[in-house]
Amino acid sequence: MFKEEIKKYNWDEVKSSIYGKTSADVERALRKPKRDLEDFKALISPAAAPYLEQMAAMSQQLTQERFGKTIQMYIPMYLSNECQNICTYCGFSLDIKINRKTLSDKEILEEVKIIKAMGYDHILIVTGEANKTVGLDYFINAIRLIKPYFSNIAMEVQPLDQHEYEQLIEEGLNTVLVYQETYHKEDYKIHHPKGKKSNFDYRVDTHDRLGRAGIHKMGVGVLFGLEDWRTDTFFAATHLDYLEKTYWKSKYSISFPRLRPCAGGIPLKSEMTDKELVQLICAYRIFNQEVELSMSTRESETFRNNIIKLGITSISADSKTDPGGYANPAVNLEQFEIDDKRSTDTFIEVIKKQGYEPVFKDWDLSLQ
Amino acid sequence: MEKLKLGNLELQSRLFTGTGKFSSSKRMEEALLASGSELVTVALKRIDIKNETDDILKHLHHSQFNLLPNTSGVRNAKEAVFAAELAREALETNLVKLEIHPDPKYLMPDPIETLKATEELAKKGFIVLPYIHADPVLCKHLEDAGTAAVMPLGAPIGSNKGVRTRDFIEIIVDQAKVPVIVDAGLGAPSHAAEAMELGADAVLVNTAIAIAEDPVKMAIAFKLAVEAGRMAFEAKLGGITKTAVASSPLTSFLD
Repeated sequence: MFKEEIKKYNWDEVKSSIYGKTSADVERALRKPKRDLEDFKALISPAAAPYLEQMAAMSQQLTQERFGKTIQMYIPMYLSNECQNICTYCGFSLDIKINRKTLSDKEILEEVKIIKAMGYDHILIVTGEANKTVGLDYFINAIRLIKPYFSNIAMEVQPLDQHEYEQLIEEGLNTVLVYQETYHKEDYKIHHPKGKKSNFDYRVDTHDRLGRAGIHKMGVGVLFGLEDWRTDTFFAATHLDYLEKTYWKSKYSISFPRLRPCAGGIPLKSEMTDKELVQLICAYRIFNQEVELSMSTRESETFRNNIIKLGITSISADSKTDPGGYANPAVNLEQFEIDDKRSTDTFIEVIKKQGYEPVFKDWDLSLQ
Repeated sequence: MEKLKLGNLELQSRLFTGTGKFSSSKRMEEALLASGSELVTVALKRIDIKNETDDILKHLHHSQFNLLPNTSGVRNAKEAVFAAELAREALETNLVKLEIHPDPKYLMPDPIETLKATEELAKKGFIVLPYIHADPVLCKHLEDAGTAAVMPLGAPIGSNKGVRTRDFIEIIVDQAKVPVIVDAGLGAPSHAAEAMELGADAVLVNTAIAIAEDPVKMAIAFKLAVEAGRMAFEAKLGGITKTAVASSPLTSFLD
């Protein structure tokens, strides 16, 4: 389990090792045919900043070899913003006074109708953590409701037990995204003081439970802004490396959420610039040619327009982060403000102009 | 050039192509038409079989093309057989490119599950083209199981590395009673020509054409390379020797 694996690394040592990388380390990493975790450190280090253009070119080429000139489209559907956790940075946090809502069957189907009209076939269902009202039974019911309309169902909800994942996979669940937020155990406690989420070990072992349950794809990531992003990212890459070797039948994806303003938001400890985010995306690709790299609408139009060519393989558009937001846009329910609000049709044209094909269907429930 | 017989098909072109990774369905269509390919493989997971106006299929409505559905995404024999049956029903063809890779990172084919699925699909009347490692013994087992062809990899999918399995492909070609189609890893027309010169009956190319700056031109380049390689094979290549062979110093005493 990863909670054991992670003990091999000391946060401060990793951090000083990353910041101690030199241009010679970066050049060696770029020259090698295959890179390891030490090379990844060099690629995300400040020493790699002057090599950004070269890294971008490599990332583009490696991505095209593996994924072609295509971009997978997906859309999130928020089912509930009820939450029993306190997370210092999140708009759904228990201590924040917002209207709470969990979609009924009828409301879910209303959302589905609109999302289908937008053209989507891969869906990501999202909730807070409210185990009594939005637990396994709720998820099974939701999957059964939406299954006839989508070819690929992903989930970003609270971590569950292995047997619960097994049941959901049986129902048609393909992908589960669980972000550790931060791999810094002490800081994790500060940011998650209350609720089931405050248990660091349970969360960090979630992917092991998913792997044992036989999930097709799982997503790993950290929330940028809580801790030093380079050190946190190294832990995420280590996690990915461990998972790929242990659960070799699963696919993996990485997301890059940067903290966005939300109700009750905290000041950020470590800010990540656009340049650094590009560096990180390219570094991941150069480190791992096969991993899927995903981008949400948290980022700006200009950033999203340009990142398509640099290593990203899946992207959402026109997203709402409040439950029921597609059918009934309401105020004061959303998890965070999205930045790029362009319509799906507009965004598809942007992708095509860059010489890429937006792909809506790349899975079939019959293959599960 | 000799035609290639595969199931009920008689193919003039020995270049099989894939439909993934193109920057648009239109470019795919143009490139595949230019390639002269008569057998194009389509991933079942990419097409919407409930939708008759599916974007990929729409661009493959040409008499030149025979569709070869593939089972990419399945992880074992059971899933593969199910997927093949769906594809047969949806695309009205007995052909199936059997791809079973439980490993989604390097997409390595699973020999055990592939053999099992081939056996079952052949019994069900499918024309099975299994994607496999360049494993000569596995090829013989697959023949016994009723396979229509074997598709050994040249190098990992999408790697553009060429015929890295050359020594094993030579053995497979030497032993085969079914067509040998080198699949995966061919990154340049010269690689395709090399495979054909070795005696492969056909090659399958996708990435190298799809992600080329000019896919149409690259498709034509592969078409010519495959023809050149095949012609060279049919014309019987001379062997390679390191020294001149004018004299016979070791045996001249016999004259």
